[in-house]
Amino acid sequence: MAGSVERDRAALNRLPRWLVPALAVLPAIGLAVFYLWPLLTLLQRVVQPGSIGHALSAPGVARVLWFTLWQALASTALTLAVGFAPAYVLARYRFPGRRALLAAVTVPFMLPTVVVGAAFLALLPQSWHGTARAVIVAHVFFNVAVVVRLVGAMWAVLPTDLTAAARTLGASPAQVLRHVVLPLLRPALWAAATVVFLFTFTSFGAARLLGGAANPTLEVEIARRATQLGDVDGAAVLSVLQLLVLAVVVWWSARWQRRAAVQFAGVGAPRRSRSRAERRWVPTVAAATAVAMLTPLAVLISRSLRLGGRWSLAAWRTLGSAEVRPGISLGVDPLASLVTSFRLAAVATVLSVAIGGLAALAIVSAHRHGRLLDVGLMLPLGTSAVTIGLGMLITFDTAPFDWRAAWWLIPAGHALVATPFVVRALLPVLRSIPADQRAAAATLGASPLRAWLAVDVRRVMRPLVAAAGLAAAISLGEFGATTFLTRSGRETMPIAIARLLGRTGQVPRAQGFALASILLVATAAVVMVASVLGERGGASDA
Amino acid sequence: MLEARDITVRFGDRRVLDSTSLHVGDGEVVALLGPSGVGKSTLLRVIAGLLTADGGSVWLDGTDITVLPAHRRSIGMVFQDEQLFPHLSVGANVGFGLRMQRVAHGVVAARVAELLELVGLPGFAGRQVTKLSGGEAKRVALARSLAPRPKVLLLDEPLTGLDRELHDRLATDLAALLRATDTTALLVTHDHEEAAKIADRVVTL
Amino acid sequence: MAAAVLLAACGNDDASNGSTTPGTTGGTTAPAAITMVVYDSFPTADTPLNEALAEFTADTGIAVRLVTAGDAGTMVTKAALTAGNPEGDVMWGVDNTLLSAATDGGVFQSAPTPVDFGDVCENNDIASFADHGIAPPATLADLLLPQYAGLLVVENPATSSPGLAFLLATVAYAGEDGWQQYWRDLRDNGVEVADSWDVAYYERFSGAAGGEGDKPLVVSYGSSPPAEVVFADPPRTDAPTGVAAGTCFRQTEYAGVLRGTKHPAEAQQLVQFLVGERFQRELPLTLFVYPVNTDVQLPDVFTEFAVVPDDPFEIVPATIAANREQWQDQWNEIVLR
Repeated sequence: MAGSVERDRAALNRLPRWLVPALAVLPAIGLAVFYLWPLLTLLQRVVQPGSIGHALSAPGVARVLWFTLWQALASTALTLAVGFAPAYVLARYRFPGRRALLAAVTVPFMLPTVVVGAAFLALLPQSWHGTARAVIVAHVFFNVAVVVRLVGAMWAVLPTDLTAAARTLGASPAQVLRHVVLPLLRPALWAAATVVFLFTFTSFGAARLLGGAANPTLEVEIARRATQLGDVDGAAVLSVLQLLVLAVVVWWSARWQRRAAVQFAGVGAPRRSRSRAERRWVPTVAAATAVAMLTPLAVLISRSLRLGGRWSLAAWRTLGSAEVRPGISLGVDPLASLVTSFRLAAVATVLSVAIGGLAALAIVSAHRHGRLLDVGLMLPLGTSAVTIGLGMLITFDTAPFDWRAAWWLIPAGHALVATPFVVRALLPVLRSIPADQRAAAATLGASPLRAWLAVDVRRVMRPLVAAAGLAAAISLGEFGATTFLTRSGRETMPIAIARLLGRTGQVPRAQGFALASILLVATAAVVMVASVLGERGGASDA
Repeated sequence: MLEARDITVRFGDRRVLDSTSLHVGDGEVVALLGPSGVGKSTLLRVIAGLLTADGGSVWLDGTDITVLPAHRRSIGMVFQDEQLFPHLSVGANVGFGLRMQRVAHGVVAARVAELLELVGLPGFAGRQVTKLSGGEAKRVALARSLAPRPKVLLLDEPLTGLDRELHDRLATDLAALLRATDTTALLVTHDHEEAAKIADRVVTL
Repeated sequence: MAAAVLLAACGNDDASNGSTTPGTTGGTTAPAAITMVVYDSFPTADTPLNEALAEFTADTGIAVRLVTAGDAGTMVTKAALTAGNPEGDVMWGVDNTLLSAATDGGVFQSAPTPVDFGDVCENNDIASFADHGIAPPATLADLLLPQYAGLLVVENPATSSPGLAFLLATVAYAGEDGWQQYWRDLRDNGVEVADSWDVAYYERFSGAAGGEGDKPLVVSYGSSPPAEVVFADPPRTDAPTGVAAGTCFRQTEYAGVLRGTKHPAEAQQLVQFLVGERFQRELPLTLFVYPVNTDVQLPDVFTEFAVVPDDPFEIVPATIAANREQWQDQWNEIVLR
C-alpha cells in the first residue's frame, strides 16, 4: 500500500465525516433506480414460464445470433488488420501532421453511430446498401481508432533494439513481425480485439442504417421485436442473452490478456523516418489513412448538397419545414430535433457531471465501499444501449413510477451511459492531489471544507470540462436507448436522421444527410473544444 | 575480413561519423575505444545494417554488403542491454537465429545446449529470461549471437552495468570464448583495461 | 445552481410544448388543448381535414395538435408500449388488422369507434403497362407471372397497415398453409418492400403524380385512383392508375380516446366530431377512404374512379389476433432475409 495514497485519503477524510456518505447517496440511488431496477425487470420478464422458449423459437433468431457473431468477428479481424499499419506509423514515427492524423483517426470513434451509418450510406454504392459488407466496412472505419490507440500505445514503448536484435540474428522483417513484434503486442491486440468485438457485437445505429432488414444484429432485432412487433418479452429474452454473451466474452478475454502479458523494459519515442524505403512508405500510410478517415465524412456533407444529380441547397433550405409533401409532415421536424437534441444534451451533461463528480469524490474518499460504487457505475458501460432503453421503457410504466412521458427520462438514460466516462476522467486527478496542498490551506486557517474547495475544485475544473464535453457528445449521438424512450413529436437528431434516411425520396434523404452533417460537426466541435480545454489544464498543472 | 570504408553519418546537421574507416582481419578481435558520443555504436549499427550511412561502404570477405539488409549479412551483434526476447525462454532465445533459418528442431536443441555449456549456463534452456541475473543475461545474449555462427560478431559495450568482480570475470570468460570459437569480433567499449584484456588490437576513435 | 435553472427551464418549456392552443395562460375557464396521434400519411396542415379541425377548435375552444407517430403498425406498437401514459389524447387510424394489438395492449380507454373504411388493393400504372403492351395483373395469382417480375412494391406488414392488410389478403387467398409458399414465389419474382405506404406509393410507385418511383405495381387502396385524378396537374378526366379488384382486403379504421388522457371529456368530444358529418365529408377527397357516416354524399370523382371489389378477402378478427405476430415474423423471414 503506497504511503502517499494513504496520506491523500487521510487528507480527503478530513472533509466533514457526514459528507462522504452524503456524496455517495445520489449516485447510488441513480444507479439503483435507473440501472439495476430496469435490469431486474428485464430478468423478471425472462424467467416467466414459456418466455425463453417462445423467444428463441421465433423464426430467424438463430440466424440473427449467427449473423451478429460472425459480422462482429469479421469486423474485429479486419479492424485489427487495417489499423495495424497506421498504429505502427503513428507510434513509431514523427512527421509533420502527426497530431492531426491522430485526431483524424480518433474522430470517427467519437462520432454518433448514426452519423457513421449515414456517411457510409452516402459513400457506398446502392448495391451495397442492406448488406453485411456495408455493416462491416462501417465498423472498421468506426473502430480503427481503438487499434491505433491501444496497440499504438504499446508499440510506442516497444524497444527498437529488440527488433534490431532479431534482425542481426537473421530474421527477415516478416519474421521479426511474426516472432517478436506480434507476440509482444499480444496483450494490446487482445485488449483492442475485445473492445472492437464488444462494440461491433452490440452495434445498433450503423447496423440499422446499413444492414437493412435483411441483416439485423441482435441489437437491431431486439429493437424490431419491441418497437415493431410489440413483442416485449421476446426482446427481453434476447437482451438478457446478449448480456450473458458480453459477460462471457469479457471474462474470457480478461483471462487471455493476463496470460498473454509479457514484461518488457525500455521506452521508445517516435522517431523520424530514416531509410529511403521508410521515407517513402511512412507518408504513404499516413496519407492513405487520412484519406480513408476523412472521405466518408466529406461525402456525407456533399451528398446533402445533391438532388437529382445536381448541386442544390434545397435540402438545407427545407430543413426547417416538417413537410415531406404538402400537408404531410411525417412528424419529423429536422430543425426541431436539433433544438431537442441540444436541450437534452445540456441536461444529460449537467446530470452526468453532477452525479459523476459526486461519485468520483465519494470513491476517492471512502475506502472499501468506494470500490463498490466504482464497479457499479461502470456496469452500464458493459450493457448495450438498447438493453438500457428497453429496460427503462418496461420498468417506468406503472404509477407512481410511470415516467414514460417525463421529459427528463431520455437525459437520465443518456447520463447513465455518460457518467462512467466522467468518473474515469476525474478519478486520476482527484487521486493525484497532494495532501500537502490541502494541509497548507488548512494551516492558513481555512476550514476543511473551504480548504477542499480552494484546492480540489480548482484542480478538477479542467478535466471536468473535458468530461462534460464527452458527456455532451455521448448524449447528442445516443441512439439505442433513445429509440425506446423517444416520444412522437419530440425526436432527437439521431432518431430524425434514421427516419429521414429510412425513406427513398430524394429530398428527405438529402435532409437526412444534411442533419447528419450538422450532428457530425456539432459532435466533433464539442469533443475538440473539450479536449483542448482539458489538455491545456493538464499542461498548466504539470 | 570486415572492412568499413569512409563511413559518414549525419544526424541532422551534426556529423557523427566523418569518413571513418576500419578493418578487422579473420579471427581477429578488435576493440574500438573512445569516449561516449564519438559514434562507436553508430559505426556498429552501420556495419550491422541497422542504420543506413550517408556515405561510405561496408565490405565483408571482399563483397560489398552496403545495401544488403541486416538479416542477410550474417553479422551478429550483442547489445548493450542484451535485448533478450522477454516472451521466449532462455533456450528459445539462444535458438532464435537458427529457427529463423528453419534449421531442424533437433539440431537447434543440440546447438543451444552446446552454447549454454560454452557460456557456463548448462541446463538453463527452460528458464525464463526475465528471471535471470545481470551476468546470466549477458551470457545468454552472447550465446544467442554466437548460435547462428555469424561471420563477424559485433559487441556494443557488452559488459556495462555489472559490478567490478563480475565484470572482470566475464571479461576473462569472453576473451577465452572468442578465442575458443575463433570468432572475428569488433568490440565497442570505453574501458581501456577491458579493451586490452579482450582484444588483439585496439583502435581509438 | 446552474443545473437547477436549466432543469426548471426545460421543464417549463416542455409543459408549454404539449399545448399549442392560445389561451392556456387563462384562468379557470381555459379551454383544453388536446393531441391527436395520427399515422404518417395523415395531413397535419393545409387540407380540408385540417380546416374542419380548425372549425372544431373555433366552436369548442379545444385546440387540436396533431402528432404523427410513424406508419400505422409502428404507431399502434408504440401506443401499446406507452399504454396508460399516451403520447396524445385521441388516436386516429387503428385499422381492423391491428385493432386486437391495440385493445389487448390496453391502448384505448373504451372501445374505439369506426371512422372510415376502404380496400387495400394492388394498384397499377396504366400508362406504363400500355407502353409495354401487356395487361396489368388482375389477381393475386397473376402477380406471380414472369411478365410482372420486378414490378411490384409492397409495404412491410410489421410497420405498415396496408402492408399487413395485403399479407392478410394473401393468407386468405392461399390459406394458412399456402401463404408462405406464395410469398416465396413473390420474392423470387422480385417483389420490393418499403417500410411505409408513403414511401411505397410516393417514392417507389411510378403512377403517383409527382412521384419519383419506377415500379408500376404497388399495394395501395381501391380509392387511390380518384386521388390521382383530383391532384392531377394539368387536370385530367381519366384515372392514370388502375386497381386489381381480385387482390383486395377490406380495412376499417378506428379512432378512440387513449387510456391515460388528462382530458377525457374533450377527447371524447373530438371523437364524436370525427364521426360527425362535418369531418366525415372531407375524408373521401383528403384521405381517400369511405366515410362511415351514411349522411355523407360521396363526391362524383370519388364514386366514378374508386374501385369497390365485389368480394374482398377477409379474415375474422380473432384469427388475426391469434396469428398476427407470428405471421409478421414468418413473412419477415421469407421476404426480407
